[in-house]
Amino acid sequence: MTYTGKAAIRLVDVKKTFDGKEYVVNGMNLEIPKGSLTAIIGFSGTGKSVILKHILGLYKPTSGLVEVLGKNIVDMNADELTKFRRNFGVLFQGAALFDDMTVLENVCFPLVEHRKELTESQMIEIATKKLKQVGLDPKHFEKLPSQISGGMQKRTGLARALALDPEILFYDEPTTGLDPILTEMVDNLILETHKHREGITSVMVSHDLDAAFRIADYVAMLDAGKVLLFGKPEVFFNTDIELVKRFVAKGMKRQ
Amino acid sequence: MISRTAARIDQAWRFFVQEATSFVREVGSILLFAYDSIRLSFTPPYRYVEIIRHMEFIGNESVFIISLTGLFTGLALSFQIYLGFKMVNAVNLVGPTVALGISRELGPVLTGLIVAARAGGAMAARLGTMRVNEQIDALDVMGVNTKQYLIAPRIYAAVICMPLLCAIFDFIAMLGAWFLCVKLVDLDEAIFWDKIRSTIDVRHINEGLIKAGVFGFVFAVICTYRGFYTTGGAKGVGEATNRGVVMSMVMIIVLDYFLTNLLRMAQQMMGIST
Repeated sequence: MTYTGKAAIRLVDVKKTFDGKEYVVNGMNLEIPKGSLTAIIGFSGTGKSVILKHILGLYKPTSGLVEVLGKNIVDMNADELTKFRRNFGVLFQGAALFDDMTVLENVCFPLVEHRKELTESQMIEIATKKLKQVGLDPKHFEKLPSQISGGMQKRTGLARALALDPEILFYDEPTTGLDPILTEMVDNLILETHKHREGITSVMVSHDLDAAFRIADYVAMLDAGKVLLFGKPEVFFNTDIELVKRFVAKGMKRQ
Repeated sequence: MISRTAARIDQAWRFFVQEATSFVREVGSILLFAYDSIRLSFTPPYRYVEIIRHMEFIGNESVFIISLTGLFTGLALSFQIYLGFKMVNAVNLVGPTVALGISRELGPVLTGLIVAARAGGAMAARLGTMRVNEQIDALDVMGVNTKQYLIAPRIYAAVICMPLLCAIFDFIAMLGAWFLCVKLVDLDEAIFWDKIRSTIDVRHINEGLIKAGVFGFVFAVICTYRGFYTTGGAKGVGEATNRGVVMSMVMIIVLDYFLTNLLRMAQQMMGIST
């Protein structure tokens, strides 16, 4: 499907409570422009991962609207959601590779599931192309995930996320737990991947403020289950909101 | 004094109701989980290859341990029965007694317990690890129906493999019984086999095989349910595996009694002598 609207993702007054008392997401409004690279940042426990799971359809909001590529995913049933998710690619924090499959098989997996019209050699060709695009050496293609480094696992995870040419690419804390060199490598990879495919919308949930301000077109900072500030990175350096100023100052100093 | 006793009774009653409610709720959600998985298996894409892959793990890789257990169960059971029957001069009935016990009870129950511990535990641990490593979430967001892909093939594989494993267990256990009775305690081989042939009917063996299929369904559903809904990292995986295996084993033993009665009732309704 090709969506031509301005906002790839739109959240309108989204609220979420797990226990019926405390709201983890409390009236969130957010519009992520199509074709942008948007970073979602915030202190721990502000609802970043929860909101990502809402956008992916893994959680249903207690109330509110979650619109992705012009479709309200809240009203979709499980089968519709399963089909709709083919527009998504996700790079998980730990890459989430299938450990009983080789690197190449991992990248072929979405093609085997959803592109049945392709022959095996065509699938391998596409997977090889995606793996080369993310800079993985072909000598690692036949290795199991446990036999490659963390950085290579991230590359493989990204190649797998790209396999079906998704409209939206999500990165869930892509650099958490990585050393500074690997962090920079992953950040550059995200930026290159975003530039490489025209029109793709990228959403990155991150603690890494340096990366968020360096590579993102837009940044959304969450607090107490709401969007505290949304805008281009420079907005965050010229704001009067005390919490944002403190967060940015501490975050940048730490890095 | 009376009011304190009443308070204790009230407390105990509340505890009982709470536990019973949570048990019923859990059984309900396990059954819904199984129903959902099986319903989805009738929609494309059909996962034949996955079923065969899991059959290889549940069935083929359990043959050795089932054979070993079967052999020693046959040896031990026939020896105990021989010692008992010798006291009443009924050693000729050792063969059929062992055969009935093995085919109707011990075969399916022990096969169920062993495979639940081996394959069921592995299922729960595997799915639990996939859950905590976000592999199940990855499948979800890739548009793969996780219950159809991960759960249904395991349930089918267990239901298909368990009767086959039970048949192997029965056969090897009877070989063990034959070896003990004929080779070690010198019973007459012709009488041993003749008494078995005149007592054992195919329906006795079928009863055990039906039970084995049901036990396969039970442990596969319980262990996959536990693994699929694992929370809390490595500790959670351990707990899911432990709870899955323990609950499966208890359910197999409890269900065995009810299945025995149910099958007996069914046979009586059909006018078959039991």
